Amino acid sequence: MSELLAVEGVTKTYSMGGLFGRGAFPAVDDVGFTIAAGRPEIFTIVGESGSGKTTLSRMILGLVPPSAGTIRFRGEDVTGLRGGRARMAFMAAMQPIFQNPFEAFNPLKRVDRYLLMTARRFRGAKSGRQAEETADAALRKVGLSYAEVQGRFPHELSGGQLQRTAIARALIPGPALLIADEPVSMVDASLRMSIVELFKSLRDDLRVSIIYITHDLATAYYISDRIIIMQKGRVVEAGSARSVLDDPQHPYSILLKESILSPEVTGRLSVEPDPEPPRRARRYPTPQEAPG
Amino acid sequence: MTSTAEKAAGPVLSVRDLRAYYQMRYFGVQREVRAVDGITLDVNRNEIYGLAGESSCGKTSFIKAIAGANRPPLNIVSGSVRYSFLDSEIFRLSQEELSAVRWRHLSYIMQGSMNVLNPVRRVRQSFIDFAQRHIKVPKADFFNVVAAHLQRLHLSPDVLRAYPHELSGGMRQRVTIALATICRPEFIIADEPTTALDVVVQKGVLKMIREVQQEMGSSILFVTHDMAVHANMADRLGIMYAGRLVEEAPTSELFAKPLHPYTAHLIQSLPRIGDVSPKKALGGAPPNLSQPPPGCRFHPRCPLAMDICRRENPSLTVLAPKHRVACFAASPEVRPSAPDDAGRNSVPLRQSARSYAS
Repeated sequence: MSELLAVEGVTKTYSMGGLFGRGAFPAVDDVGFTIAAGRPEIFTIVGESGSGKTTLSRMILGLVPPSAGTIRFRGEDVTGLRGGRARMAFMAAMQPIFQNPFEAFNPLKRVDRYLLMTARRFRGAKSGRQAEETADAALRKVGLSYAEVQGRFPHELSGGQLQRTAIARALIPGPALLIADEPVSMVDASLRMSIVELFKSLRDDLRVSIIYITHDLATAYYISDRIIIMQKGRVVEAGSARSVLDDPQHPYSILLKESILSPEVTGRLSVEPDPEPPRRARRYPTPQEAPG
Repeated sequence: MTSTAEKAAGPVLSVRDLRAYYQMRYFGVQREVRAVDGITLDVNRNEIYGLAGESSCGKTSFIKAIAGANRPPLNIVSGSVRYSFLDSEIFRLSQEELSAVRWRHLSYIMQGSMNVLNPVRRVRQSFIDFAQRHIKVPKADFFNVVAAHLQRLHLSPDVLRAYPHELSGGMRQRVTIALATICRPEFIIADEPTTALDVVVQKGVLKMIREVQQEMGSSILFVTHDMAVHANMADRLGIMYAGRLVEEAPTSELFAKPLHPYTAHLIQSLPRIGDVSPKKALGGAPPNLSQPPPGCRFHPRCPLAMDICRRENPSLTVLAPKHRVACFAASPEVRPSAPDDAGRNSVPLRQSARSYAS
């Protein structure tokens, strides 16, 4: 079976410093994985802030060119896209979902406008009526309808509804891969699980693969098939989500798992010092020590 | 536990039927958003009281009201907020009286530590700005006090020389906790203190809050929407929904047997490692507070909604020791509360801080 997405040895270095000496800071360091075509899955990238998750997703979307390595989507290098038609075809097959739906939508534009514009550009809807039907079909896949969002501004919808609308917009071109960067962290607790469930049904019913980027191991465990754990730009552990999270091997993965606050521990958080390095040792870097 | 706890057994903060509304008038049309609608609660000494609720349920308006930091259009319409260290209602104080109380007795740990510390001044300047006028020691000794306090919190006094951008997010949040606790206040409001941090750092910061609270014996009102954090931090937990308190109980009891369907949903939908059973999602969305549904505000989303829920508002009723619930389905003992407008003053108690001070 061919590959939908192949990421090979991808590195992104940002240069740091200015007049007096320059250093290179590897945001993503030699990362590789593949997602097979025809077998939809939820592939999770977990890591702390600054671990390179978002840089990796931006490179996959073709927004940032990698410094080394290749990213091939359906066999084609994503940085080598030339011409409007190739780019449109690429964008139709790979769609992003962003973290904060309130920032993803312009607050001064009605949300239906985004849906109709996507329907016109990617599905070739000729009339307004056709575009509305396309938008309605996509909204029904996420449990909304066009009547509910028609003429609404972003502030008139709840976070959950707005994130669903963002997902519906991403579904209009009929993508094979969705890249969701922290899609539930800004959504309210009572609505969060409905978004997570929605991803499951997108995978099972619409057969869309999803790259789910998060720092929340609990939801990652709940929905993902495969997982990679990133730390400082490197993949420290990879494998099937259940086996990695049930029995993490790398010290960082173990630390990450131990840091999850379990709702079962009702009562006082233990204040005994950890067996891990004492907090005293965690100093901020002085300018001499700072990387670069 | 400590000597302060023995001195007075009464609560540090007692809020009675507090109503704070956003009152706006646009083109002659009066609009009212009932962000805090009849909340009654006590926070005891040496206790972490957790307040949970999703965005736009009135958490922040409640904090503003009890800190006396409300500005128009948020007006306190009725109710009372009493602190053990104050003789009068906090919203009756003048600005000068307020600034003498704030930070000394009542302090605040904010969410975005990035926005709290002045980015163009070193951390030591922030300590001077916030705390120096409250600590009656000569300027030369002031930094000895600060350094001793930082050391108690396992922070290196080196941070005083740093600019905020030189510190990591977790370290900045620790510095704001040190700032908030330097005067050993009786009452601390913590508004989502760990939401912006990642999981590994979060646990360390929570531990630090717990440590400093136990050492000083202060009370903390701990506000976050994350139930897992509450499970680990709070002694007692109050659940807010659409401007009202719907359930309150000791944390372990609340998690073991929640009585309100909203609480039950919040707890059952928490994802856990090792659990892949399907989770039920709650339909609908939190109500718009300018047009809340009649009766119980949760009824449009409630799986147990009955006829009475659509008409009457359940009052917060004690159903077990220390366990209060506002839900008709929880027990037949729960009675409808008095109509919304009962006991409401015709004139807002405090229209604006400035007009009151003058």
